[in-house]
Amino acid sequence: MNAVEVLAAGPLTTFQDLGRPGLAHLGVPPSGAVDARALADGNRLVGNPAGATALEATLVGPRLRFRRDALVALAGAEGARSFLVRAGEVLDVGACRPGARVYVCVAGGFVVQPVLGSTSTDLLTGLGPPPLRDGDVFAIGPAPAAASVQRAFTATAPAGPLRLLLGPRDDRLTQAGLETLFTSPWRVSTAADRVGVRLDGPRLETTRSDELPSEGLVTGALQVPPSGRPILLLNDHPTTGGYPVVGVVHSDDLPLAGQLRPGDVVSFRR
Amino acid sequence: MSAAKLLPVGDRGRLLELDDNRAALAVAARLRAELPGLVDVVPGHRTVLAVGDVDDHALLAAAADALAEQDERREATSFEISVLYDGADLAEVARLLGLDADEVVARHAAPTYTVAFLGFAPGFAYLLGGDPGLEVPRLADPRERVPAGSVAIAGPYSCIYPRSSPGGWRLLGRTELRLFDAERLPPALLAPGDRVRFVPL
Repeated sequence: MNAVEVLAAGPLTTFQDLGRPGLAHLGVPPSGAVDARALADGNRLVGNPAGATALEATLVGPRLRFRRDALVALAGAEGARSFLVRAGEVLDVGACRPGARVYVCVAGGFVVQPVLGSTSTDLLTGLGPPPLRDGDVFAIGPAPAAASVQRAFTATAPAGPLRLLLGPRDDRLTQAGLETLFTSPWRVSTAADRVGVRLDGPRLETTRSDELPSEGLVTGALQVPPSGRPILLLNDHPTTGGYPVVGVVHSDDLPLAGQLRPGDVVSFRR
Repeated sequence: MSAAKLLPVGDRGRLLELDDNRAALAVAARLRAELPGLVDVVPGHRTVLAVGDVDDHALLAAAADALAEQDERREATSFEISVLYDGADLAEVARLLGLDADEVVARHAAPTYTVAFLGFAPGFAYLLGGDPGLEVPRLADPRERVPAGSVAIAGPYSCIYPRSSPGGWRLLGRTELRLFDAERLPPALLAPGDRVRFVPL
């Protein structure tokens, strides 16, 4: 049943679930919600499984008209809340602040054709459904039985320095470079998307600047290209690459990395 | 052959560093078969990335077993891929190498290649085992659009572009084969360790 009409898609709104893990050796990125905790929180509030398909809005959320009653949750950097939207009502998600992304979860989930087992849009490779466009209409699945859901809760992890585990190529940084990495504030540049986030700050001093033979990459990897300006990889990252990875953000802190918006200042801790 | 070196990749990953691609492929196949707690096993040029429930002792033990077996060899699939050698860079490659175009084609089609690893795009396989006399650098200015099915070379690698994309490799020819199809299982035609021969049309 066609239940949700997109009146305004916003600058970038995609469908996301938990992505396509397990296919990296075939060149398929993991994709999936960059703040998987917010996705799970929102889905939990409406009685869905944690990885049900939701909308991931970027910076500014969409405006949606509902053609039938639906239990909806908005989940972002600060927490999640749920409410009932009546048939004919318009939900205007508005600015995603603080943070960069808000998840729109509906009881029953959005019905989207999966590609390689996932409904996630991968912006690097184009796998999955295209980003939302004005005028799109989508179906919602049957609402789950669990009706006694919480109304709202606050995020448990406060924003702060990201925990960075050194390696595999931390030997590419000099002692001074390592010092700079952990003491400098880093500003999120405008080159920030689901593939990666370029960080502006002092140049990281390296022991050598040549590339490595290509090796596997993970979400949260901090790459240092020859320019010395680090790039933090997010879920749509390429599966292999030759820029040295000097450290990897702890998996508990990946949701925070997924909420970085251009202009934010971030730091790293050991 | 020296032992694998284990490097940390965050709290859920480890990178095994090996002597060469042959060792990396043997270790990757072993990890995939023996350690079900791993979500991803990703060979690189001479590394293997393991992601999931990583246990350092189990990883090193499995790697040592794989390296110790002289006559290992998982079942590699072999492909013969028909190629029309009419690539836009064939003449330039011949000129760079001081060969004529027919010689470039003959030397590119002679060896049996091994899929070393994938990356860059879904289904994009890096092939090793080519004639060392055919090594050319990437283009100084990458093309904005390389057609799907293009067979190309750069450095020690050959490749086939699974779909049209930007690219800096030198184009020798093209194939009709679909290298990647999300509707197919597995979606990528070529997997790490597979063997490839090119047959000129």
